Amino acid sequence: MNINLTLIGHAIWFGIFVWFCMRYVWPPITAALAEREGKIAEGLAAAEKGHHDLKLAERRAADLLRDGKVKAQEYIEHAQKRADEMVEEAKAAARAEGDRLLAAARVQIDQERNQARETLRQEVATLAVIGAERILLREVNEQAHRDILDELRTRI
Amino acid sequence: MASEHTELTQAEYIGHHIQNLTYGRHPDGHWGFAHTAKEAAEMGFMAIHVDTLFWGALLGIVFVWLFSRAARNVSVDKPTRFQLCVEAVFELVMGSVKDAFHGRNAVIGPLALTVFVWIFLMNTMDLIPVDFIPYIAEQAGLSHMKVVPTTDVNATFGMSFTVFLLMIYYGIKVKGLGGFVGELALHPFGKFAIPANLALELVSLLAKPLSLSLRLFGNMFAGELIFVLAAALIPFYLQWLVAVPWAIFHILVITLQAYIFMMLTIVYLSQMHESSASH
Repeated sequence: MNINLTLIGHAIWFGIFVWFCMRYVWPPITAALAEREGKIAEGLAAAEKGHHDLKLAERRAADLLRDGKVKAQEYIEHAQKRADEMVEEAKAAARAEGDRLLAAARVQIDQERNQARETLRQEVATLAVIGAERILLREVNEQAHRDILDELRTRI
Repeated sequence: MASEHTELTQAEYIGHHIQNLTYGRHPDGHWGFAHTAKEAAEMGFMAIHVDTLFWGALLGIVFVWLFSRAARNVSVDKPTRFQLCVEAVFELVMGSVKDAFHGRNAVIGPLALTVFVWIFLMNTMDLIPVDFIPYIAEQAGLSHMKVVPTTDVNATFGMSFTVFLLMIYYGIKVKGLGGFVGELALHPFGKFAIPANLALELVSLLAKPLSLSLRLFGNMFAGELIFVLAAALIPFYLQWLVAVPWAIFHILVITLQAYIFMMLTIVYLSQMHESSASH
């Protein structure tokens, strides 16, 4: 156990290694550790934010779904109402059309009846005249009694 | 030891194993290796322990090579397993510095890392069976070879001395010369007992590097000695009964001593960054 120059030599080694470590080893590795720490913190923050965003999106999706359901219900009701209305309208239109057709038929029937009656009247008048002619031919001058015959025809 | 003098006594064997390979000036004036403990002692201060300096430098280079390799290839997103190991050491050291050191200092981190890993590596040499490397060295013509630098008090003092210089440097830098001296002179009894204060504070200041180095040296030297004793005193087929449990226990000692040296280095330097009011 002699104290000698080894002491100073070892102190010099020590100084060299500390210097080397300080210059080439310590900075890169501590920087990398700090950078990784930062990245992990960032990642955790991003995950937290993503989680939060997801929750917000879920809530929004639920809202949209509920709104959609309500709206769909509204549309269905609306459509139902509209369909009822259309059926009513169609019924009304059909009834009106029926009435119109009925009225037209009646008018036509009336016309035809009138026409038939007119024809019948003329024919009866003609027949009557013919009959009367036959009767009168034997005893009456047609010329002389035309006014009476005409008066008769109009009255039929 | 198998060489020209094959018949070593147990005491000679043990003595041989705790003797460094010393190069220096012999009393008669010529330079050369010391062949005995007596010759080494006669060289006085002007001598070096070649083995301590060699293994210290080699292990220091292993440390900076490994760690600078990790630093060069450092990746934030895809760390290799090796990088993760290095990072684990960094976490330990950075955590210790953060816990114990409250000033701001760019040196303390690298200093603590170097102290921890370098001392750990030097201590770990203790786990290599005691005769492996000395035997190879002897074949190469080197009479002595102590492979654990931290069992040489020069190495531990070399480090604690450097730490001591840093303590004084930062003490004066942070507190000013007046503040530093004032802290030594005016505590704990105030300005009317300056000599007593100085005596107490100087002893406590000087005890720090002394205890720092002797603690490490003592632990490692004692550990080494157990291995050497086991190798010297026990028949070879029973040596494992002592050496294996002791080696397993020694893994703990190795790590613990490196950690203690680092921790105390941090604490001592931290004290030099704090004002007297805080302690």
